[in-house]
Amino acid sequence: MIRTLPQSNTFKWTYRAYVTLFFVYLALPLTVVCLMAFNDSVFPSLPWEGFTWDWFFGDEAPYIGVFNDRSILRSIGTSMFVAFWVSLLSIAVGTTNAFLFVRHDFKFKEFFYILMLLPLIIPGIILGISILVFSNAVANNLENATGMWFDGLRPGLPLVILGQFSFIATFATLVISARLEKFDRSLEEAALNLGATRMGAIRQITLPFLFPAIAGAAVVAILMSFENFNTTLMLVGSDAPLTINMFDRLKLGSTPVLNAVSLLLIVVSALLGLASLLFQGREKSN
Amino acid sequence: MNSAQSRLSLLLLFTPFVLWLALLIIIPHIFMLLVSISVKTGVREYVTGLGNYMVFFTEPLYWNTFTRTAFMSISATLLTLLIGFPVAYYIAKLTRGRTKTTLFLMCLIPFWVSELVRTFGWMILLRETGVFSSALQYFGIVSEPIEFLYNDAAIMIGLVYTSMLFMVVPLVTTLDSLDDSLIEAGYDLGGNGITVLREIIIPHAMPGIVSGCIVVFMLSLGNYLTPILLGGKDSLWFTGLIYDQFITRFNWELGSAFGFLLLILSSTIVWAGLKLSGQSLTNTVGR
Amino acid sequence: MSQPTASAATPSSAAAFDLECRDITKNFDQFTAVNNVSFNVPTGTFFSILGPSGCGKTTLLRMIAGFQTPTSGDLLIKGKSMIGVPPNKRPVSMVFQHLALFPMMDIAANVGFGLRQRGVPREDIAKRVETVLERVGLPGVGSRHINQLSGGQKQRVAIARCMVLEPDVLLLDEPLGALDLKLREHMKIELKKLQSEFGTTFVYITHDQSEALVMSDQIAVMNHGQFEQVGAARELYHEPKTAFVAGFVGEANSFTAKVEAINGDAATLVSPEGLQIKGQDASGNLKQGDQAKVFVRPESIRLATQANELDNVENLNQGIIENILFNGANSHILLREEKSGGELNVAIPQTGQFRDLAKGDKVYIGWEAAQTRCYQTEG
Repeated sequence: MIRTLPQSNTFKWTYRAYVTLFFVYLALPLTVVCLMAFNDSVFPSLPWEGFTWDWFFGDEAPYIGVFNDRSILRSIGTSMFVAFWVSLLSIAVGTTNAFLFVRHDFKFKEFFYILMLLPLIIPGIILGISILVFSNAVANNLENATGMWFDGLRPGLPLVILGQFSFIATFATLVISARLEKFDRSLEEAALNLGATRMGAIRQITLPFLFPAIAGAAVVAILMSFENFNTTLMLVGSDAPLTINMFDRLKLGSTPVLNAVSLLLIVVSALLGLASLLFQGREKSN
Repeated sequence: MNSAQSRLSLLLLFTPFVLWLALLIIIPHIFMLLVSISVKTGVREYVTGLGNYMVFFTEPLYWNTFTRTAFMSISATLLTLLIGFPVAYYIAKLTRGRTKTTLFLMCLIPFWVSELVRTFGWMILLRETGVFSSALQYFGIVSEPIEFLYNDAAIMIGLVYTSMLFMVVPLVTTLDSLDDSLIEAGYDLGGNGITVLREIIIPHAMPGIVSGCIVVFMLSLGNYLTPILLGGKDSLWFTGLIYDQFITRFNWELGSAFGFLLLILSSTIVWAGLKLSGQSLTNTVGR
Repeated sequence: MSQPTASAATPSSAAAFDLECRDITKNFDQFTAVNNVSFNVPTGTFFSILGPSGCGKTTLLRMIAGFQTPTSGDLLIKGKSMIGVPPNKRPVSMVFQHLALFPMMDIAANVGFGLRQRGVPREDIAKRVETVLERVGLPGVGSRHINQLSGGQKQRVAIARCMVLEPDVLLLDEPLGALDLKLREHMKIELKKLQSEFGTTFVYITHDQSEALVMSDQIAVMNHGQFEQVGAARELYHEPKTAFVAGFVGEANSFTAKVEAINGDAATLVSPEGLQIKGQDASGNLKQGDQAKVFVRPESIRLATQANELDNVENLNQGIIENILFNGANSHILLREEKSGGELNVAIPQTGQFRDLAKGDKVYIGWEAAQTRCYQTEG
């Protein structure tokens, strides 16, 4: 069952057919989503009524395209805002965590490491409700004690950011630690030996070495934040990020404007993903 | 580096770690536990007790939804493994060079796109006015539109689809590290496809299988979008119950209890999976 | 075993060979890895295929094991054609280059793997595994993990894993390559001993001539997909049939020269620098005016401080010592021959006579025509 073993032709072709079928299965849903974005019909379904760009540029009801749909544009803005802060927080904590676990030995390190991994195995919806319950309790107590309002602790964007950050930080930690482990510490020692301070050595030698991993973690964080649904659903207030907005419309039944948004999302995330892969590939060949 | 400096830097690194973990993970879960064991007795009056958990065990709907969710998630995990393993094996062992990279990337690309878009795609394919139904009518196989959506099979298709990446990637990685000469040696010593698979390939791929299964199971159990959108109103998924209690009925006490039960279920199955396969969390998920 | 007499079609002598290759050829897209190779390996022989990397020896071995199919030709084991027989059905076992011991099993499970595939009862497997482990000198290690063994022990487990199946032919793919020098020397002797103890036919491929020379009954020297010469170690060393074998097996000084005169076996040649060489036509087809390659082994060159000490040698020259490479019994000097300016490697006889030689000394060197082998070269 490897290249060097003789195989019967029937087996070989059955196997190939299976793998092809698998890739058809992978590609099919995304393909129809993209195709329907050009269907000149108010429902994202067959029959095919002809080709149109209206779902991107249209401005006459019901043919309102993405670029003229206020609520979609606003929710894209919201998603970008959330993704920016989540990614920033995640790479900051991811980097300090990486230094903590790769560079230091302390009591119960194994135990803390497992704690660090926990967010990966807690269902997202539970992360959402636990943060909701906790922040609500804090807000109630603070309001009772001070008589002021603490809107930041009620469902809304700050909680969405914290909720997403709570588990994306673990991914960032893993990505950055993996690279920090490969770092040759004698480079830092050489810098110290040449008269650099400890912080100076880290800033001038170690952080540049880590940069690809940090950039990669930031991209992953942005993608994960953009597509997160479960945690966000429990913490969202009146400003809906894109996925929540799309979900609400999907439940009600929508025009193919959703397909147009999806197509744009596919293109952007494919580009981002490819860019990060190319970047890593270039790093590797260095 | 002297020890005072070292202790200072340890402290500086420990602070964000503890703040993150305590404020966003540990304390919220403790609060959720506290809320789940407070039973409402009147307006703004609560007593501590297991009443919410009793409701769960006495109401068949809740209990059935819970077991159904667990069962469907386990089935989805096994199905993903069965479908994904041959593909991962094909990529890891039967291709090389450019073909390998391309196929591997083709596995990844669908998952850079939001789960919502993926589910939306399946809705377009499966619904009454969807692609499959129209195609069957076009070819004259059926005369009436068929609704493929809103049943367990649709949920299963969606769950398997959404989780595939998390199975294929660890499998490709572990299978890739299996030296071809081990497989050749297996054949040379008289083994056949089945015995080599059972005695050499699967034992080698075990860490990948376990890590894939854990992640897929977790994702299926905690999934909300796919069951709700593809399974419809009566999808009876446990996360749907939690959402109802929190958002629609505003019964946070019962919702928290449900949340805790889901957490216990997922932890137990993850723990059992690790124990049965002799793996640890660090070398499966934490890579 | 008791074949009916009707099988007269296959000559009865064929059974005397454990392995026969008839005109085996293997083409890859643009490239012929193995080109029309034929050979027979008699039962119980230690047969080595020696050649530089890329010469096609690995491809040949993998065709015998069944991991590659010959483009043309036939391959017989104990007189039965193996074409179309998959690797798991062939009566051969292979020791892989990196041994390919299964890390997911303990040693007993590794050694018992093949027996399990054959459906041998469990108790029998345990017994046979223990017996074979004893025979390779590792009794009682069955329950250990592979990582707990040393390199040499792993080697023996890999052999035991094959030998427990009592194969007709054991194939070995440079298994000593990964060992360090000292262990490699030791394992050479060990392997030879194991082979004569088991009496199984071994086919061993290597690029290391000393491995081949020490262990083998028969050696095939392979180059560019073809066998250059097959013979015992001594034959290859003393009577190499081709220029490649003369250069590849053992050490040799080589020159290019032009044939001036030829008289039966005896050839007279002149190097481009004008040095006259008397030698023996080893390829048997030299003609006057041919370009030839001339080989002289370092230990065939005699040293002397006086010219009259080297009376009966056909080739007598002088040289200046440039370097002394002291290596105990295997010491050499590098000297520059005066007339041609060419560098020569000469073994120092261990009689003590030349202990005082020093850099810059001028010495006489001489060698016999019979030890000077000449081969025709193209162009």
